[in-house]
Amino acid sequence: MATQAPARKWIGQSIPRVEDPRLLLGRGEYVTDLVLPGMVHAAILRSPLAHARIASIDASKARSLPGVLAVVTGQEIKELTNPMPDFGPDPSKHTWWVLATDKVRYMGEPVAAVVATDRYIAEDACELIEVNYEPLPVVVDPVEAMKPGAPLVHEPLGTNVAYSRTFVFGDVERDFAEAEVVVRDHLRWHRSGAQPLETVGAVAQYNPATGMMTIYCNSVTFTFLLFLMANTLKIPSNKLNLIPCPAGGSFGSKFWAVRVPILAGMLAKLVGRPVKFVEDRIDNITTSDHHGSDRIYDVEMAAMRDGTLRSLRVKVVDDYGAYIQFGVGTHGNSLAQVVGPYKIKSVQYELYAVLTNKCQQGAYRGFGSEVTNWVVERMVDLVARELGMDPVEIRRKNFIQPHEFPYFIPTGNMYDSGNYPGVLEKALQLADYQGLREMQRRAREEGRYVGIGLISAQERSVFSATEFWFWFDQPTGITSSPESVTLKMDPMGNITATLYSQAFWGQSPETMVAQVVAEEFDIDPSQVSVIYGGSAGGLPATGPGGSRFTIMVAGAIQGAARRIKEKMLKIASHKLEVAPEDLEFAEGKIRVRGTPEKAMTLQEVATLAYLFKLDLPPDIEESGLEADYTFDHPYTTMPAPDRKNLGVFYPFVGHACHIAAVEVDIETGQHTFLKYVAVHDAGTVVNPRSLNGQIIGGVAQGLGTAMYEQYVYSPDGQLLTGSYMDYLIPTAMEVPKVEIGHQETPSPFTPYGIKGAGEGGRMMTPAVVSAAIEDALAPFGVRVNEVPITPEKILRWIDEARGRQA
Amino acid sequence: MADLHAIRVTVNGVPYEARVESRLLLADFLRDHLGLVGTHLGCEHGVCGACTVILNGRTVRSCLVFAVQADGAEIMTVEGLARDSQFHPLQEAFRDKQGLQCGFCTPGMLMRAYEFLQENPNPTEEEIREAIAGNLCRCTGYQFIVEAIQDAATRMAIASR
Repeated sequence: MATQAPARKWIGQSIPRVEDPRLLLGRGEYVTDLVLPGMVHAAILRSPLAHARIASIDASKARSLPGVLAVVTGQEIKELTNPMPDFGPDPSKHTWWVLATDKVRYMGEPVAAVVATDRYIAEDACELIEVNYEPLPVVVDPVEAMKPGAPLVHEPLGTNVAYSRTFVFGDVERDFAEAEVVVRDHLRWHRSGAQPLETVGAVAQYNPATGMMTIYCNSVTFTFLLFLMANTLKIPSNKLNLIPCPAGGSFGSKFWAVRVPILAGMLAKLVGRPVKFVEDRIDNITTSDHHGSDRIYDVEMAAMRDGTLRSLRVKVVDDYGAYIQFGVGTHGNSLAQVVGPYKIKSVQYELYAVLTNKCQQGAYRGFGSEVTNWVVERMVDLVARELGMDPVEIRRKNFIQPHEFPYFIPTGNMYDSGNYPGVLEKALQLADYQGLREMQRRAREEGRYVGIGLISAQERSVFSATEFWFWFDQPTGITSSPESVTLKMDPMGNITATLYSQAFWGQSPETMVAQVVAEEFDIDPSQVSVIYGGSAGGLPATGPGGSRFTIMVAGAIQGAARRIKEKMLKIASHKLEVAPEDLEFAEGKIRVRGTPEKAMTLQEVATLAYLFKLDLPPDIEESGLEADYTFDHPYTTMPAPDRKNLGVFYPFVGHACHIAAVEVDIETGQHTFLKYVAVHDAGTVVNPRSLNGQIIGGVAQGLGTAMYEQYVYSPDGQLLTGSYMDYLIPTAMEVPKVEIGHQETPSPFTPYGIKGAGEGGRMMTPAVVSAAIEDALAPFGVRVNEVPITPEKILRWIDEARGRQA
Repeated sequence: MADLHAIRVTVNGVPYEARVESRLLLADFLRDHLGLVGTHLGCEHGVCGACTVILNGRTVRSCLVFAVQADGAEIMTVEGLARDSQFHPLQEAFRDKQGLQCGFCTPGMLMRAYEFLQENPNPTEEEIREAIAGNLCRCTGYQFIVEAIQDAATRMAIASR
């Protein structure tokens, strides 16, 4: 790690974001802004009940309302569509349709869709649809749902346990037998979700003459998997053109949200006119298909008296809701970094994926690994508490050391590089940790409840998708998660980059692409234009998600740039009569090394390439300067056949240390932040300000998960937090000011040494806030083992602790 | 459709006449009837603030106002902030401080900041945080928005000197 970082001109600069001017003018071109000639509007009727048989639906009144073009119910849906794309354990037994067919399985499940000349009329018509429901017993508690005799969410499965498996990595039995200390806890992570301010939307258009379906939408990133959507829509795979629209936030929840575009597509085909369907907020909260993890843990951690951590035993029940579209991929994420930054030698992981009468899970910033970070850090703190160790001391003792990389963790995944002690030291300095402890001591003397939390945890990045099938003994399907770009230098020497996924959802893809292209060609970023290509003429793309995009697009840009540069060098070499290897790209020119005045501008070379084929050297076969490149995952290995080693599937591992100081009011249960420090190592940083924005935004979402946000279901399956009155998103008054530091440990395996960084904030904050609150309440001996940490819980924990003490 | 009312409004200095249903929301009127799609709908129940516009000098949530209630009003939306393709100092400050990520809350945030800086041209960080507490942002964690509003206050003070 001692090597000097190469000098770079654009990578590492906080250039102003390319995306911002249009957004500041109100010209974001979101899908809901799109108007097509003849466009009509859809709305859905949602189930008011969590579990009921649909005995009958009478849509005659709705159909006769003036302005209504069509009403579709579950009765027609099996004719109009195939089941939804589903990566779950056995889709034939937990089949998911775009509208409920035989019964509803959660409150909010769509039972009918209306198309009308405007959205107001469509919603009027929804109210005129009469559905006769026969209520069924409801199950919302996943532990109850596992018991024999529980109401079945999907009868063909014969159980609500959609999947269960116990993995053992390393010698867990021995490590526990030899342990001097074993701590145990029951931990509860309640479900929250991304809740981007823009909901999921689509505008679909179908041409019956050509059979071409065009769908504009903001929620589908995997363009190489669109054949699955085409199958659901019953159209040929080469007749679907998905046009990505910029998204007003996603945080994972628009990664593969296919129900909305499929519904719009189905309706457009049916009525023969363009159909817009944009979720309203109630749709998004109740039936986005993207609620976050909802887990109940029983965990044991084995350690030695000197603080050495030995082993981890995890039993986890995850409440997936009524469907399980991504299988247990969120636990693959967990297994990517299940030992945190520590040299824990063995892990047992026992998973139960349970179905209940709730909205199904999808993706949310961290995709399940944020929960694992919280669990591991909670348990490490518990060991420290048991041994009377400082949280800093126990972490220092167990860190994987900088010289030990690449490091293979017991599950088989690899951590590429890191400097965990370095990050810790920076954080301690930035926070003035000793000063904070001193402040805490004085506060306690004054009878105030001040606590300090410190956590150190991982941010895996760039999934290889093997995690979606190593759960099964027979591998099927997808690997390598490709990302593509087309680069074109025009005759004026300006460059256009085309991206092929749903690339913009609030991060900075255009800024990043401009910086990387500028770096490759040594031109100004303002000479780079970025456009988003539709899928029909597109190349394989996976899009943002799993903190993969910057690395993967940078790799694709390098590949495409190499092809263009080779051709340009040939031309310049021919013209300047200098060998290509003696030429370099510098300051917008191709020039002779050591003789910079002997040069051609990029424009001169580009003009030749386009206009003057006859002047080009004979081995240049075609005019133009354009190259495609598809970059596949740079480091993936296969799992072992017995699954005792899952292979390398999520290897570029960032790291962070967060330190928070809070004061708790023990009368009200309210808290105040006194300090919040975040030091991250995301490898080479492309744009520091943009990265800082991601970190702070992630902290805010992590704070929501830690303290405020929960999708609360009543025992009869009613969602009690169905609006922003009850589902509490942190405001500017709740989010603390975050002080940020960076450590740069470049990855040896990625373009420029970049590591992913989009999820890190949310992956750290629940753990550090839990630790800080627990430390504040240490005088009572309170243990924080549940999020969100609401004021009611704080008061209850204090009461319970006082009861134990009395 | 008998339930139509004639209204006159001025939006960003341009007068409009229209006949609208009683139930038509001001937000939908601005977006769907006038094509001013910079005003965004986030929650449609008055909590998130994305649809904030300025009506007769005060911010309102255009998802909670009917278009007929705006009859005779002067309205300003995000499209009215820049003049002759020159960014307003608020927009410049948001750009320089990166007070946005996805841009969806941004128009409402700008409208609220515009109103607030007229009330309080020299605010503290705490006052800014309180002032924008009714506008949700899911991306930024607010810190750069707060910095941007503080920076805009400085720019506007210089400009008015």
